[in-house]
Amino acid sequence: MIKEMKNITIEVNLKDAKTLNEEIKNSVSAYDEITLNNVYGQRYIGSGINQDVKININGVPGNDLGAYMDGPEIEVFSNAQDAIGNTMNKGRIIVHGSCGDTTGYAMRGGEIFIKGSVGYRVGIHMKEYLDMKPVIVIGSSAGDFLGEYMAGGIIILLGIGVAKEDQLTGKYLGTGMHGGVMYVNGTLPEYKLGKEIKKVELDNNDKKVIKNYIQQYKKYFKYTKDINIDSFSKYVAADKNPYHLLYIKN
Amino acid sequence: MKEGQIRIPAGCAISGIIDKKRNRFNGESIIKSIALMHERSNGLGGGFAGYGIYPQYKNFFALHIFYDNNQIKAKTEEFLSEHFEIESAGNIPTRAVPSIKDKPLIWRYFVQPRIYKVRNLNMDEDEFTARCVIRINKDFLGAYVFSSGKNMGVFKGVGYPEDIGDFYMLENYEGYIWTAHGRFPTNTPGWWGGAHPFTMLDWSIVHNGEISSYDANRRFVEMYGYKCTLQTDTEVITYLLDLLVRRHKLPMEKALQVLVAPFWNDIEKENSKKAEELKALRAVYSSALINGPFSILIGYEDGLIALNDRIKLRSMVSAIKGDKVYFASEESAIRVICKKPENIYHPKGGEPIIVKFEEAK
Repeated sequence: MIKEMKNITIEVNLKDAKTLNEEIKNSVSAYDEITLNNVYGQRYIGSGINQDVKININGVPGNDLGAYMDGPEIEVFSNAQDAIGNTMNKGRIIVHGSCGDTTGYAMRGGEIFIKGSVGYRVGIHMKEYLDMKPVIVIGSSAGDFLGEYMAGGIIILLGIGVAKEDQLTGKYLGTGMHGGVMYVNGTLPEYKLGKEIKKVELDNNDKKVIKNYIQQYKKYFKYTKDINIDSFSKYVAADKNPYHLLYIKN
Repeated sequence: MKEGQIRIPAGCAISGIIDKKRNRFNGESIIKSIALMHERSNGLGGGFAGYGIYPQYKNFFALHIFYDNNQIKAKTEEFLSEHFEIESAGNIPTRAVPSIKDKPLIWRYFVQPRIYKVRNLNMDEDEFTARCVIRINKDFLGAYVFSSGKNMGVFKGVGYPEDIGDFYMLENYEGYIWTAHGRFPTNTPGWWGGAHPFTMLDWSIVHNGEISSYDANRRFVEMYGYKCTLQTDTEVITYLLDLLVRRHKLPMEKALQVLVAPFWNDIEKENSKKAEELKALRAVYSSALINGPFSILIGYEDGLIALNDRIKLRSMVSAIKGDKVYFASEESAIRVICKKPENIYHPKGGEPIIVKFEEAK
């Protein structure tokens, strides 16, 4: 039997975040798709939800969108603010615009796709464990401290519309990084790199990963131009355990 | 309870609007913008600055003063009339708002310095007024001048900003710059004088963050006669700007380079002439460097400035629509008062955005 899709639309406007999130939580078991109209900065939308539900957002959602989320797919037809996907565990966030700072903060699993640019400290302290491997795909450019203290997962920066390689990211890329991988479409000047990362050659497996996420990006944002996989650089932690000297016995 | 008597280990919200053609608009939109970010404050402080709000008194310094009681009011007024011609004096009109409690006496004076006093001291009116303000705030316990510019005024107190805006009836004022602050005090309990904006003459600052260089900055400005009386980090930024721009006559761009001086390794990348200049500024004004997380909005007579700390530890978004430029801690706080904002931009760490009026006064 084919399950019947059930949708609900909520007019949000200036509703406070607590009321809205209760409404969403009360709807997730009865509906497969929830559409929120006229969203104005309400925080924590989709946070902690552990069911497969699709949430469409019209308007700018507030900070911590999808925090601790464990399953849903959220699609934002606008920009998003700070700390989306904070400590998210499973699911997907698709943003048809740009994002603020700390996108994917301490993310543990799931995927975030951003059509445009992102702010500072994106992917800070992302981590991975066995098959839990979070991914952030950024369409255009990123601010300083991309992948700061990154411990796992994948960040892919496509550089669409970025004129010069030194504008792809800000400075201090991967500062404190000790796990995971960043793929950047281009080669960054040395002064942009944090002290704890190094550039390594792409292998076939890397190319497969990049290709897969480019295809998804193209699908979500109906992007049709070609992106050359061979121009990507791979950045990883120079040392898997850069802080061991901080923990000497005394 | 006043600041400094207790430490509360614990965000803030800021918002600002400027009309580059000096078209005036009332305080409703700035209240709506700051109210949207309610969760960023905790009810322990809210405030607004409006520029262009007193056209009928534009040549007078507008002193807004909090008094704890009538005795200190009488004593302060004696000092005021000795030093200033008082054109007009009265209560700042307020309406009863249930959440706003324990309000001090809130008075407003439109004044001009007594000319013979200014001449005897061989200083200009701004310096004279600034010194009188510092004197009251330092020596008149229970009196606090919280606004002292011309054709501008600050309205602040303990409460959520939207309630403070309602309390002061800001719908009745029209200005060409408005800034707002919702406070979430991180170290201290919050009192009326400790709410933002902080001012000196035409300067007003709203700030989200914490100045970890506060004591170094405080010692520096206090060598030049300022006195930090509010136990709150933000006030020192106001005095730094007043010192650098009004008294030391640095161009605004240079003054901001002092506050958020480039890192030494970034200076090394500049050409030798520029590097030399940046090094000189850092050397002379090392104690005026502001460290710690901050996003601030600076209102002054020529316009509105947004500034983030060098590694951008706080959020800030700007947008343009027609003659208006908007700044806020969150994009949604702009969209709620501006339907289709253009040029949405996140200023970078240490990158000042200076918006000046198209025509000088």
